[in-house]
Amino acid sequence: MSHLQSVIHPAGIQAALVSHLWWILFGICTFVWVAVAIAALIAMRRGHRAASVDLPESRIGRNVAFAGVATTITLIAIIFESVVIGRSLNTLKAPDALRITVTANQWWWDVQYENPVPSLRVTTANEIHIPVGRPVGFNLLSNDVIHSLWIPNLQGKIDLVPGRRNELWLQADRPGVYRGQCAEYCGLQHAKMALVVVADPPEQFEYWLTANRASAPAPVTPEQQRGKDVIEKGPCAMCHTITGTLAGGRTAPDLTHIASRSTLGAGSIPNTQGYLAGWISDPQSIKPGNRMPPPGLASDELQAVLAYLETLK
Amino acid sequence: MMAREEKKPRLVERDTRLESDALGRERSLLDATWSNGRGLIAWMAETDHKAIGRRYIVTAFGFFALGGILAALMRIQLARPENTFLSPDLYNQIFSMHGTTMMFLFAVPVVLAMGVYLVPLMVGARSMAFPRMLAYSYWMFLFGGIFLYVMFFLNTGPDNGWFSYVPLAGPEFGYGKRADVWAQLITFTEVSGLIVATCLVCTIFKMRTPGMSLHRMPLFVWSMLITSFMVIFAMPSIIIASTCLIMDRLISTHFFNQAEGGDPLLWQHLFWFFGHPEVYIIFLPALGMMSEVISTSARRKVVGYTEMVLSMSATAFIGFGVWVHHMFSTGLPQLGQSFFTAASIMIVIPTAIQTFNWIGTIWTARRLQITVPFLYMASFFFIFIIGGLTGVMLASVPLDRQVHDTFFVVAHFHYVLIGGSTFPLLGGIFFWFPKITGRMLNRRIGQVSFWLLFVGFNLTFFPMHLLGLDGMPRRVYTYPTSMGWHNLNLLASVGAAIIFVSLLVYLVNIIVSLRHGVVAGENPWGASTLEWATTSPPPPYNFAPQLTVASSEPLWHSELAPPPIVGLAADKREVLVTYLLDAEPDHRYPMPGPSLWPLVAAVATSVMFVWSIFQAWGVVWGSIPIFLALVGWFWPTKTKERLEQGVRGRMTVSESLS
Repeated sequence: MSHLQSVIHPAGIQAALVSHLWWILFGICTFVWVAVAIAALIAMRRGHRAASVDLPESRIGRNVAFAGVATTITLIAIIFESVVIGRSLNTLKAPDALRITVTANQWWWDVQYENPVPSLRVTTANEIHIPVGRPVGFNLLSNDVIHSLWIPNLQGKIDLVPGRRNELWLQADRPGVYRGQCAEYCGLQHAKMALVVVADPPEQFEYWLTANRASAPAPVTPEQQRGKDVIEKGPCAMCHTITGTLAGGRTAPDLTHIASRSTLGAGSIPNTQGYLAGWISDPQSIKPGNRMPPPGLASDELQAVLAYLETLK
Repeated sequence: MMAREEKKPRLVERDTRLESDALGRERSLLDATWSNGRGLIAWMAETDHKAIGRRYIVTAFGFFALGGILAALMRIQLARPENTFLSPDLYNQIFSMHGTTMMFLFAVPVVLAMGVYLVPLMVGARSMAFPRMLAYSYWMFLFGGIFLYVMFFLNTGPDNGWFSYVPLAGPEFGYGKRADVWAQLITFTEVSGLIVATCLVCTIFKMRTPGMSLHRMPLFVWSMLITSFMVIFAMPSIIIASTCLIMDRLISTHFFNQAEGGDPLLWQHLFWFFGHPEVYIIFLPALGMMSEVISTSARRKVVGYTEMVLSMSATAFIGFGVWVHHMFSTGLPQLGQSFFTAASIMIVIPTAIQTFNWIGTIWTARRLQITVPFLYMASFFFIFIIGGLTGVMLASVPLDRQVHDTFFVVAHFHYVLIGGSTFPLLGGIFFWFPKITGRMLNRRIGQVSFWLLFVGFNLTFFPMHLLGLDGMPRRVYTYPTSMGWHNLNLLASVGAAIIFVSLLVYLVNIIVSLRHGVVAGENPWGASTLEWATTSPPPPYNFAPQLTVASSEPLWHSELAPPPIVGLAADKREVLVTYLLDAEPDHRYPMPGPSLWPLVAAVATSVMFVWSIFQAWGVVWGSIPIFLALVGWFWPTKTKERLEQGVRGRMTVSESLS
């Protein structure tokens, strides 16, 4: 298994706390299961052998009561442990946190890095970069149905409910690439609604953030220029945004820095030229039912668009 | 005054009516009186609780087979990563159908059906209360299930899961009629479930044979009583929810539309306020069966009768206070969540007490008999306990937010539901099969089937815990190769194949034993409860003479029993109504004869239900035939009275519609 999406391989303080809780409960529960199983097996052996075990009802009652009390004490301890860990998870909010708004859509994630200065906001999709060692607070919204943001290596899930705003706090403590996935059934392509979380060292993250604030670079070659024209005048601009161009649609993932992302179709396929070509020419065969219709580009148009998109680092 | 006293049935020490010749004559008279006649019409007009119980059980197992085939299809799809065996759309319909079928068309109906068959026998009654209403409930259940599967084969099966969360199932995102089909199936099952619960409560409260005071009731009867009350309290919540959903979709109300002041989370609250008690509705009757089988195998009464009853009642009470643990990830306030954590964990205590009492019972058995039913019950200690313990984990908010909606939860509730209900149910079927059919199931084949199921079950569902911890979400039609989930999924699919084989073996056992099984006597297991005091299968009138009891194990202490009750009429259908607490005789009550009206009314109701998902006016026009059917049902006629004295020969249409 890859452990890219694992509850028990935590990469941040929140997930580590929960993983700790898991191992405690795992230990207690294993012990209880073994105890019950052994008791049942002994009971069956004795019950089967002995013609009659003369154990007065009152003694059986005492034993049952003893086991009941032991159970109750164990359960109270579990409640206590759980509530304590729940409270410490809740105290990890920080005023200097990085704030990111994630808006879920059928079946992709719109990601916006908040900043009081509008021009410093960064919009991307299906890939979240976060700095290591700094708390991140997510505002979670939904544009359509209920989704759930879950990045197990970092934190448990919270639903994105239309008409509500939920919060999720997490912090990555070691750099790495983690995978998240929608965890609330959200319709046809629920299975292919993943996202990538990249935890970078702080300076590398700042570099990424600055780079992503820039508008799309101007095309250099005539073919790239043609690709841009196709996007602006063709169907693409109806839904997608590429900052600095005429493409300003808001119903599909922002493509301004598409070439810097590692996956396409919300984690459906890797972002390589071949896959990108396949996706653009027939998105429905890769992720049937997704909201992108085949744009119907001629093959030279497709080549031009690919050439242009490749520059959007 | 004196005259009224005379009419009451009396305890009689020696009565000529109890001598064997007289008893034989009375029994043949009762046979004629309680006979429903022959022919197709008589079959459709059946009101005997045993026949209806049998049909319920067989139909529910039919849906179990369908739901199982759907599960097998899912396991084929998930056996390999990026598999294209099922399309996403079909997969989503299949998992929704699987959950809906197993919960609404199998698990709840089948446990209630066991109660329908067994409870009147266990309390020594001649019939169930309201037999016609019971017949109506069966037809509603059958038509609802057929409706669901017809729509599924027309590519209109529900595709929003068995929980149909809005807004996904709402008017904006739930395309076509799929969500309506789901919501209306719920209405069908609500109607049938509520009726069965009502019949069971009335039978248990008012028709127990003299001497069977509440504290002498078999634990299975207690479990059915508590379950029936849970049904009566839980169902209204889902009735409101599904009705609001249909209205949102059909006539544009906005109960769940956040843009117009509704709330999508309201749906979740209403659904789970029903949905969690539903789990205990499935679970408690299985506990009742366990108590009966364990007591029989151990040849002693279950340790701690009062604790067992109180535990089941406590489970039922607390069960209504835990629903929010299905919603921990929706972002509710911390304090509220802690309350539900505490409740969800504390509900373990009553089940733990029962488990300890069973172990105590087995420990002090008088030569424990390890029969096949006992094997099924004993597997509870190994399988259900795992599910219960993972349930404790899921009650913890921080941990739940990690594994909620993953395969960990899939593993958890299959361990709970299959381990806690299906295993005991299969054991229960094995146990009562001789009573129902008159023949024993084969022991060897039964053992093979049990062990295959035990191995196959663990092979299928244990790996799912690991998959969930490694991040595999539920309700996904496929997963990428790079996640490395394929080996465990393949293992689970192999396990599913073994489960399939084991159930096939069980079915073969039933088919073979129906013809060639060893003929069972009245009481092949040496059990203690009243259903074993009559022939196998029981006659239509269950008992003659009316037995009395003086112990909670009447057949083990028959010497204590006062003489049977005489005075119930043999030439017309009459049952004895007793007082609630101590079951002292109260009065005789006439039971209605067979009737086609329940079927007619069920057809009319079904037409209205199905019509209403296409047109709002269907509710209005469709109600007229229901009204007419009910008028016919209750119209007093001479034939009706005659039918109470039994049907001779082939039943005619006019008789059946009297």
